[in-house]
Amino acid sequence: MSGWPKNPKQLGKEHLRIDGPVKVSGSARFASDMQPVGWLYGMILRSPWPAARIRAIDLRPALSLPGIRAAVTANDPPFTVRYCGEELAAVAGLSKQACLDALSAIKVNADPLPFVVEEEAALRDTTPRVFENQPNAGEPREMQTGEVDAAFRTADKTVEGFFQTQVQLHHCLETHGNTVQVTPDEITCWASTQGISSVRDGLADNMGMPLDKVHVMSEFMGGGFGSKFGAGIEGGLAARLSKEAGGLPVRLMLTRFDEALAVGNRPSSFQKVRLGARKDGTLVAYELETFGTAGYASGGGTAGGGGGAGFPAPYIYRVPNTRVRQTTVAINAGSARAMRAPGHPQASFGMESIVDEMALALGMDPVELRIKNDPSEIRRQQYQIAAERFSWNAKYHSPGSSEGPVKAGIGCAGATWGGSGQGSEAEVRINPDGTVEVRCGTQDLGTGTKTLIAIVAAEMFALDPAAISVRIGDTTFPPSGGSGGSTTAASVAPAVFDACQNALADLASASGMSDPTGSNWRSATARLRINPIVARGRWKEGLSSRGVGGVQMAEVEVDTETGFIRVKRIVCVQDCGLVVNRLASVSQINGGIILGIGFALYEERILDGQTGVVLNPNFETYKLPGAADVPEIDVILQ
Amino acid sequence: MAGAIAKVTAAAQSVESLDDQKPVGPEAVKLILQVNGKRHEVEVEPRVTLLDVLRNRLQLTGAKEVCDRGTCGACTVLVNGQPVYSCMKLAVEMRAQEITTVEGIGDSLTPIQRAFVECDALMCGYCTPGFVMSLTALFRTKQDPTLEEIKKACSGNLCRCGTYPHIFRAAQRVAESGSSKT
Repeated sequence: MSGWPKNPKQLGKEHLRIDGPVKVSGSARFASDMQPVGWLYGMILRSPWPAARIRAIDLRPALSLPGIRAAVTANDPPFTVRYCGEELAAVAGLSKQACLDALSAIKVNADPLPFVVEEEAALRDTTPRVFENQPNAGEPREMQTGEVDAAFRTADKTVEGFFQTQVQLHHCLETHGNTVQVTPDEITCWASTQGISSVRDGLADNMGMPLDKVHVMSEFMGGGFGSKFGAGIEGGLAARLSKEAGGLPVRLMLTRFDEALAVGNRPSSFQKVRLGARKDGTLVAYELETFGTAGYASGGGTAGGGGGAGFPAPYIYRVPNTRVRQTTVAINAGSARAMRAPGHPQASFGMESIVDEMALALGMDPVELRIKNDPSEIRRQQYQIAAERFSWNAKYHSPGSSEGPVKAGIGCAGATWGGSGQGSEAEVRINPDGTVEVRCGTQDLGTGTKTLIAIVAAEMFALDPAAISVRIGDTTFPPSGGSGGSTTAASVAPAVFDACQNALADLASASGMSDPTGSNWRSATARLRINPIVARGRWKEGLSSRGVGGVQMAEVEVDTETGFIRVKRIVCVQDCGLVVNRLASVSQINGGIILGIGFALYEERILDGQTGVVLNPNFETYKLPGAADVPEIDVILQ
Repeated sequence: MAGAIAKVTAAAQSVESLDDQKPVGPEAVKLILQVNGKRHEVEVEPRVTLLDVLRNRLQLTGAKEVCDRGTCGACTVLVNGQPVYSCMKLAVEMRAQEITTVEGIGDSLTPIQRAFVECDALMCGYCTPGFVMSLTALFRTKQDPTLEEIKKACSGNLCRCGTYPHIFRAAQRVAESGSSKT
């Protein structure tokens, strides 16, 4: 078999998660649940200043408190902090209460510095600089194709708009953190992470320990969304506290407030857009000037970083004449990190909004205008499938025409993402009693990776997925890389496929049976002696691809007197390549839609210009979508 | 001023007489907690929450600490059958109360837990025990709740992965099957 089976028995069907029972019963152990013998609580003291020169930090009052076993500074003073929430020091003790007392006992001698937390202000030369020796605004990224000015002159219609997207926080429900034990000989870490290998590398580097002495595990983790690569500063601090405490394990999980300050966000955007089209709807000219902030380090200072506040423009459309100028401006706030399709929601919001303006100006149906200009054959079909399911034609009427204060509205948009696979490895073990184990050094972020591995192995061996034991989230397993950018399924599945193929060849030869799968399985494996079959496999070309497309249509109600918006229904048509588990794929898409609703309607990190603090670092004031906010969602998987 | 103090004292006395408890703290005090049908003796400071005791003293880590201020529901447990945020209860308030955590709702998976698995009503799984407890409380009071009642029962729980549609479906499945003996 050189590729995926043509008539699969398992692939693409609806499968239950193999780890569902341990998750619903509360017995799944996350990094934050780990309590190795002698464990200590860890907590971080953060800067209350958005900018300050830290002269001295006195840890002695903290260390003298009962129950405190270790305290460390984040850096050796003097050093500069550049956002409210930057790490100053950390403590480890017998209880959370002891740590809280210790944090307030630490004496910090600091000179507050001038700061700026508003993007527009930060652009001006007269405002304080985040870094003394460089302007807040980076060099603009400029791109031009064709003859933009001439194209605008010949366009029949030109529309302009200003669109703004706010900073969004990841707010993974399990906060960032680790349970770490550092002895003179080795480091053991239970991490809440999207990348066990990068956590291992970070801890080894931080503590000067060789890689073979660092063991990182993450069997379950409570959400990452792009923000959980690497050990993080909190991982390094936990490791130092453990060493300082004579090798006792330290569980250092951030608080909910910390999550709003220091562990990533989606950059803001302020987009000035101009679009020109011919009468027939053909887009001919596009101009974008945008700026946004990715925090103090402009997104460059973090692992898996979003790389500034830029985004693809004009997103999914191909306009022959375009001019794009994008600027990332530093402010005194926590740095951005990759967040669920970094750059794309900002890109989509600005571009699809101006396309709607153009449809209105031309008197054209927005779906028709999109089909005319979308270069993707797949999406053009998806618009038609979605329009039919949504009853677009019956529902569309010109904006503002519904009666009364509560207006009905519908909208549509297209999307893309790269994805693709990379060099994962996997190991399959077939035991003489017929049981199967698959090991892979990947991690399951809630996407169902563990189950996906079982499905692939079950397909290859013609067994039931429940018969496959899957072990992941351990750096002693075959390496698999980080789980980000929608690459996990496309990396892991081909490696498991390859390992299963190699295992089957070995089993055929050991058993003397040409086809040991399915009903022959028990008799074939019974012929194995003491040693199991152990076969490795690696990712290879031809079993995964990249570049997905999707289209969504939304129906909303807006009360024009109160401003209350209710999303009633979303139809989504999505191509995601080979679907391995239909049920979990729909779950993922539901989740993306709901996170998108949060971004569009509810979520915004608010910084106070006067004090530089995050004003809404909790769920009372930073609103995540809840049960009442979820519309009817109709997902069509292609 | 004296009047105000007198009022406070009177209030404190009335609480004391109601509770038959002396004011305690700030040092650690001994408590007996009744959790999942078992008696546990713990010694904690009065400022320690029920959630902290459950997770860190009794190793019942099904309830999660997510917001630690009563806004997300991940720490939901039952106190005398009622769903409560265990991060918003002090352990010292829990004397003589019957506490049930996700670990204690059944010897095997309950119908709502089974429905969660069957409907893929979980992704990362961190919020899951909290939703299970909120819905367990709902089904203990009503066998066949409507979708609106299901949503209301979950209105104090947050899920960042966006599992809600499948959670509603799982709860509806239990409501329809009428097998909600939890």
